[in-house]
Amino acid sequence: MSAITSLDRPNSYIGRSVPRPNAKRLLAGRGRYVTDITLPRMLHVAYVRSPYAHAKIVSIDAQAAREAPGVRLVATGEDLAKLCTPWVGTMDHFKGMKSPPQLPLPIDKVVWAGQAVVAVVADTRALAEDAAELVYIEFDELPAVVDIDAARDPDAPVISPELGSNLCFQGKLDTGSVDDVFASAALVVEEEFHFGRHTAVTMEPRAIIADYDASEPKLTVHHATQTPYQFQDIYSRHYGIPESCVRVIAPDIGGSFGMKLHMYHEDMAVVGLSIMLGRPVKYVADRMESFVSDIHARDHRVRARMAADADGNILAMDVEDVTGIGAFSAYPRTSVVEGNQVYRLMGAPYTFKNYRADLQVVFQNKVQMSQYRAVGHPVACTVTERLVDMIAAKTAQDVFAIRSGNLIPDDAYPCTSPTGYKFESLSHHACLAKIRELMDYDGLRAEQAELRKQGIHRGIGIATFVEITNPSPAFYGVGGVRISSQDGAILKITPSGDVRCLISITELGQGTETIVGQIVAEHLGVDRDRIKVITGDTETTPHGGATYACRGAGIGGETALQAAQKLKGNVLSVAAAILQEDAGKLDMQAGWIIDKATGQQRIELAEIARIAYFRSDTLPPGTQAQLSVAHHYAPEGYPFAFTNGVQACHLELDVETGMVKILKVWVVEDCGRVINPLLVDEQIRGGVVQGLGAAFFEECVYGEGGQLTNGSLADYLVPMAVEMPDIVVAHVETPTLDTQLGAKGVGEAGTAAASAAAMNAINDAMSPFGGTIAQVPMTPARILKALGHI
Amino acid sequence: MSDLVDVTLKVNGSEVSHRVPARTTLADFLRQTLELTGTHTGCEMGVCGACLVLLDGTVVHSCLTFAVQASGSAVETVEGLTERAVIADLQDAFHQRNSLQCGFCTPGMLMTAYSLLSQPGVPSREEIRDALSGNYCRCTGYEAIVDAIETTARNRAEGRDAPAHEEVEA
Ligand code: FES
Ligand code: FES
Repeated sequence: MSAITSLDRPNSYIGRSVPRPNAKRLLAGRGRYVTDITLPRMLHVAYVRSPYAHAKIVSIDAQAAREAPGVRLVATGEDLAKLCTPWVGTMDHFKGMKSPPQLPLPIDKVVWAGQAVVAVVADTRALAEDAAELVYIEFDELPAVVDIDAARDPDAPVISPELGSNLCFQGKLDTGSVDDVFASAALVVEEEFHFGRHTAVTMEPRAIIADYDASEPKLTVHHATQTPYQFQDIYSRHYGIPESCVRVIAPDIGGSFGMKLHMYHEDMAVVGLSIMLGRPVKYVADRMESFVSDIHARDHRVRARMAADADGNILAMDVEDVTGIGAFSAYPRTSVVEGNQVYRLMGAPYTFKNYRADLQVVFQNKVQMSQYRAVGHPVACTVTERLVDMIAAKTAQDVFAIRSGNLIPDDAYPCTSPTGYKFESLSHHACLAKIRELMDYDGLRAEQAELRKQGIHRGIGIATFVEITNPSPAFYGVGGVRISSQDGAILKITPSGDVRCLISITELGQGTETIVGQIVAEHLGVDRDRIKVITGDTETTPHGGATYACRGAGIGGETALQAAQKLKGNVLSVAAAILQEDAGKLDMQAGWIIDKATGQQRIELAEIARIAYFRSDTLPPGTQAQLSVAHHYAPEGYPFAFTNGVQACHLELDVETGMVKILKVWVVEDCGRVINPLLVDEQIRGGVVQGLGAAFFEECVYGEGGQLTNGSLADYLVPMAVEMPDIVVAHVETPTLDTQLGAKGVGEAGTAAASAAAMNAINDAMSPFGGTIAQVPMTPARILKALGHI
Repeated sequence: MSDLVDVTLKVNGSEVSHRVPARTTLADFLRQTLELTGTHTGCEMGVCGACLVLLDGTVVHSCLTFAVQASGSAVETVEGLTERAVIADLQDAFHQRNSLQCGFCTPGMLMTAYSLLSQPGVPSREEIRDALSGNYCRCTGYEAIVDAIETTARNRAEGRDAPAHEEVEA
């Protein structure tokens, strides 16, 4: 028998690999996604979309569509503008940021190819699509702004003339004396990086049903989203419906990854259509529509240089990032957050102090670009880690040695990055040491050298990273955006002694309900299977931030923990009254009130509930049992809980064809307290695969006229099982001291560094040939070009 | 558009008969007409595998099949396999290994796995990955799915059911 550990205590669930209770339902085909929901008298909408990237709308003839079978309504931008106030995707703390007002459907011009222009509502989606084909829109095509350099050309057409230019935002960071450091540095490396656009491709596309009932009035929206409270606020304010009359329900959701927390024009229109019709209206994007209307991610060109002394000690970084965000900044989170994180996360794991960066966020005639899993991280990480490898090469150092020499020491915390991020406690060196052993680095290097002699070219790449998690109000609140950084939980004991937990963080399949159950079970002292966790309904669950930016476990989990402790206090005080005992001498365990000192069972929780609910007359006078508690928690202390880790990628490159076989990926990650290793590891693996998708396959390719040329799942490549490696995951645990729970986020760590490690591995494999690559995705054609073969 | 056709087929063991527009796909027929929403659609062009069902015992894309084409055949969906308990061990292995997150791809994955596991022998990890190449999953990274299928294949080969324990080794 192994030694007794903290996990052997009764009700010790935190840290255990327990499977998700709610997954069984999904395995039986009993998931209930918005796409599955049918309401009585429900109608369906199809949209007529713009074929042009930039054009004036001259006229719309919808007469034939209005007369088509099954059609109930044809609505234009003007119709919806009468109901819905415009929205603007800016935040106050991005000084000088601009974005034009947006409406559900445009009135006088279209600004990207695929933009919805006219809504056709009919009895079935098929009938709506039939009728949509009968709508005739006359467009007057305008020159499209597609390229990020073209957007900044003073002679370029300005997409929103009222803004004066195509510049959405310009940011500058400068610690000073960067020029001097570069001028006197022993060596400087530089590179121009390109990060293509890619997109979420959630397996369930966007889906929404709006159901407006004028009699109450009441708006109920079944919405495949990660952030129901945010949308409750938006629908209420823009349609002028009191917040208490708006209910947003987020049931099972078929993938999200940050894509399903933005406001989409079609979704906003659906609410208006339901108001006009007084009936439920459903919109499910088909896959083609997803490609042209879901947010895209990344789209950066980064020119960066790094200075070092002759020993390879990094002295400074100088960065210029231009990012294209489409014709609008996304609402309500803005499209500047991505670039903001790119230029603030550069070099974050390292000790150097001199930093300068210029960020330009530009408008273009493309669909909006905004936050997607690991916002900004892969870009900052790839640029930094590639430059670090270039310094290693110049100083003839090993990739581990250069990092050991430059990473912030594990005992140097707390400290602040040159860009102002405050790090509580990170573990770069511990992670580095661990991954080196885990992957048998020395063995792989020896094998690589052997295989090279046989003409087999393997590459090994590593990448260190930090990840932003547990955001405080410094993230959105300070910018004037009504997105909560606090969470709420309501915990109730039922008359049978079961526990219901209603919590504001949402379940996306990552395991929210499971970990909340584990936390409540442990801190209340009941068995996990007696706890039911309820999420995703603004009518029943308390207001909170829900799930974004890796905040669920860290903030929502702490909320659940504190709520459980509060409820336990209440239970023990009732128990004390019943038992005529000092509450301080009692505790709870496995659904029993026990004697704290001896562990002896005194009275069952179910019995307390029975007495409290049905026989309060038998309680001592003045005892009012409070068996439900509501509790809120907002992060204090550090503005973000940073996590860190290292990834390593091992691959084999066919230098004749440019084809890559990814052999294995290792991740050592420090997300603080691990609540459920099984779920954490799967989050990391899924994130790595999304990062590898961006590294090797995924790209939204636009033609010169601003047309997306590969907008179908047959043309746009996502990683498949056969191309993906096994991924080895290990942990270092440095709990945050800002909370009792100590957990930080983990959902984005896999994506944050996967493409960086992959790019370093490809460059390592190519090193005998002298070619280099600094563009993702690293397609076979780009690799062959880098090798000089084409 | 409105030419209606009669569709009569066996779905999960029961005879069903409906008159539907000729263009109705089998996926829409199952999901909308019969309310068997365990079958999902992710691309409606035969790429993602979310819509896989069994048609006379063969795995087909229900998004690429018209309902009327299935007339006279027997169709089985994840609901049917679940009721017959023929994939209970596979579902249990998926559950224990956390081989699903959002679960949207899962019914299609189970179909592919069911068919793979119906063949003799224990497939290698490579073979499992290969078999899954028509099934996209955006959440898991695939490894856990491969693990669960491998475990089930081993257990079946050894004549064992999947282990019933709740906790998985970390
Ligand atoms: S929906 Fe049939 S393969 Fe994607
Ligand atoms: S579990 Fe979400 S797509 Fe596979």
